[in-house]
Amino acid sequence: MTNTKISLPTEHCESCPAYAQLEQMGIKTGDFDRVVALAGNPNTGKSTLFNALTGLKQHTGNWPGKTVTRAEGGYQFNSVKYKLVDLPGTYSLLSASQDEEVARDFILFGQPDCTIVVTDATALERNLNLVMQVMEITTHVVVAVNLMDEARRKGLEVDTRSLSRDLGIPAIPITARTGEGMSTLLTTVSEVIEGLVATKPLRVHGTPEFQKAVNELAPMIEQIAPGIPNARWLAIRLLDGDTRVQKALSSGELADIVGRQQRADVHFSKKMSVEGRQ
Amino acid sequence: MNPNDILAKAETLRNNLSSGFRDEIVKSLYAEAETIAQRAVKTANEKRYDFDQKIDRLVTSPLTGLPIMLLLLAIIIWLTVSGANVASDAIATVLFGFGEWARALFVGWNVPWWITGFIWDGVYLGLAWVVSVMLPPMMIFFPAFTFLEDLGYLPRVAFNMDWMFKKAGAHGKQSLTMAMGFGCNAAGVVATRVIDSPRERLIAILTNNFVPCNGRFPTLIMLATVFVAAGFSPALTSIIASGTVVGIVLIGVAFTFLMSWILSRTVLKGEASAFTLELPPYRRPNVSRILYTSIIDRTIFVLWRAMQTAAPAGAIIWILANVPFGTSNLAAAIAGWLNPFGILLGLDGIILLAYIIAIPANEIVVPTMMMMYMGAGMMVDGPSSSAAIFDLLVNGNGWTMLTAVNLMLFALLHNPCATTIMTIYKETKSYKWATLSVVITLGTAFLVTFLTASVARLLGWA
Repeated sequence: MTNTKISLPTEHCESCPAYAQLEQMGIKTGDFDRVVALAGNPNTGKSTLFNALTGLKQHTGNWPGKTVTRAEGGYQFNSVKYKLVDLPGTYSLLSASQDEEVARDFILFGQPDCTIVVTDATALERNLNLVMQVMEITTHVVVAVNLMDEARRKGLEVDTRSLSRDLGIPAIPITARTGEGMSTLLTTVSEVIEGLVATKPLRVHGTPEFQKAVNELAPMIEQIAPGIPNARWLAIRLLDGDTRVQKALSSGELADIVGRQQRADVHFSKKMSVEGRQ
Repeated sequence: MNPNDILAKAETLRNNLSSGFRDEIVKSLYAEAETIAQRAVKTANEKRYDFDQKIDRLVTSPLTGLPIMLLLLAIIIWLTVSGANVASDAIATVLFGFGEWARALFVGWNVPWWITGFIWDGVYLGLAWVVSVMLPPMMIFFPAFTFLEDLGYLPRVAFNMDWMFKKAGAHGKQSLTMAMGFGCNAAGVVATRVIDSPRERLIAILTNNFVPCNGRFPTLIMLATVFVAAGFSPALTSIIASGTVVGIVLIGVAFTFLMSWILSRTVLKGEASAFTLELPPYRRPNVSRILYTSIIDRTIFVLWRAMQTAAPAGAIIWILANVPFGTSNLAAAIAGWLNPFGILLGLDGIILLAYIIAIPANEIVVPTMMMMYMGAGMMVDGPSSSAAIFDLLVNGNGWTMLTAVNLMLFALLHNPCATTIMTIYKETKSYKWATLSVVITLGTAFLVTFLTASVARLLGWA
């Protein structure tokens, strides 16, 4: 069995603060300190990153849509225990197919402490659409620019600093397959969670009249579902006429989902990650 | 304040907004993404990209795409068939040899006949059959399939077959779920989640069983080798046999289209929806991961599942064969009772009984059938060569080419295994669709085998 432990590059780093221990925890996610979600377009290597961090063997395959359910695993970094949730790949959070809904419900209502959006360095433009949609929902976002090796082979140079500046959130170049950039990514995630790195996500506001409508609607939603974390985003969806969100609101499902996701369906997902097969 | 107030408010607000507000937002989102990406990415040369495109032009061309696909399928099946034959014989010799040795040991110790029989002629024999029939094909097929999957070939298949699915009123991504079905139909059913439209997803679920899963491949391979290829020179055997299996697979694909077409014009009326599918770049497959996924996660998992059903099935067969009933035993009685119906389908009673016992897992059909033909009670040795199997079936039990062909068709078309039916129920949350999946497949299997048998008899072929 090839148990691919990633070894973090240690030669130059022992003195720097990023030098830390990664411990793969597999499915032992029983008690964890933080929840991190993995989102991204299909086929950008989310499951590969998931496997590298958790030591699990979630099936990976080179075709979009391989992961149709969410899987969970754990890792420990700098002695903080993280639960990692691998979401199905999606191009957007707006459509109603089942796999997109799994991803959307979790980012919306599961309130992960941080969401890593895995992007394909060779197709950044298309990938950024999802990044920006996730940024609409939550401020705790880190972009992992994956497949850097492939980008280099194709002669592409990705300037993650420029990306990070423009988006207002950290962007980290990685190659999940080899483990490159992994320790920087994990450090950044922990810093975002602890508030050591401030994020100021770029938000597309639309026209002023639209903004005004959103500002009128959002407080009403907060009133009806107290504790709902993303009223602003829901208001936008309602204005857009999103039937799924409309239905969730009128059937009272919205409040339910908030409760359910917070109670953690660790139970269900543990089974998923044990079976790991799809 | 209640939800409806909010909905009403949203409605009013929306109506007051200028009509193009949605487009505005999407447009600014895309424009923003474009600027940011352009600022961040510098392009030097696109050499490798060109190479990918050149390959894609070949494998997705309307002219060469389908032939290449068929060729790859044929190569995989040929590798599986020719490799599996050698390995199966070797494994069978070892396992059956051990069983015989252990049985003799038990007889020597004066263990009561029914304990010896139950353990070695029942449970152990069932296990030995399943391992020797199933393990070799899986060890070859799964890595080969996983290799293509890792390489990035599957989306190209979807691309090539899209127009056919569209004509059938089904979703183009159904070819992805169909491909997963080759591994395991239950996995194929779960994979249908990538299909957005519920209508098309149901079609994909209900027709997934028409591609033979790995549990059914051994049946097809054995029959193709022992019967269809038997008349040819040894050099040609594996080619004829794999050609036959490819043919059967294609018949299965044809039934997938036919049934999708019928469904989308009857109970699941509607037009095929549009979708975008990315063709991912070709990636060099990771050998160790392929081996891990295909051997541990797929082969061992499927084999273990088969063994779990084979052991009790072996026990049941032995008991049935050893409980006296009238002048004969219970197995013979049930088989005799099923026989007229079996003959009508070009099969026989024992085959049908084997299918009933094998409902939990299709994998064990051949082992079950062989054990019953040999009469588990008198059984001393499992035939380990094709010639011995041929002799047992044809001279011992009156098989003809029609029996073999119809059994292959039946194996291809009949009802999903219990696991798959359960999965269909879980995915659709409906007894209706789970039941329909059985009715459709079983109905097709009965109808098709009945027709081939009748035609063959009318024309005097059988």
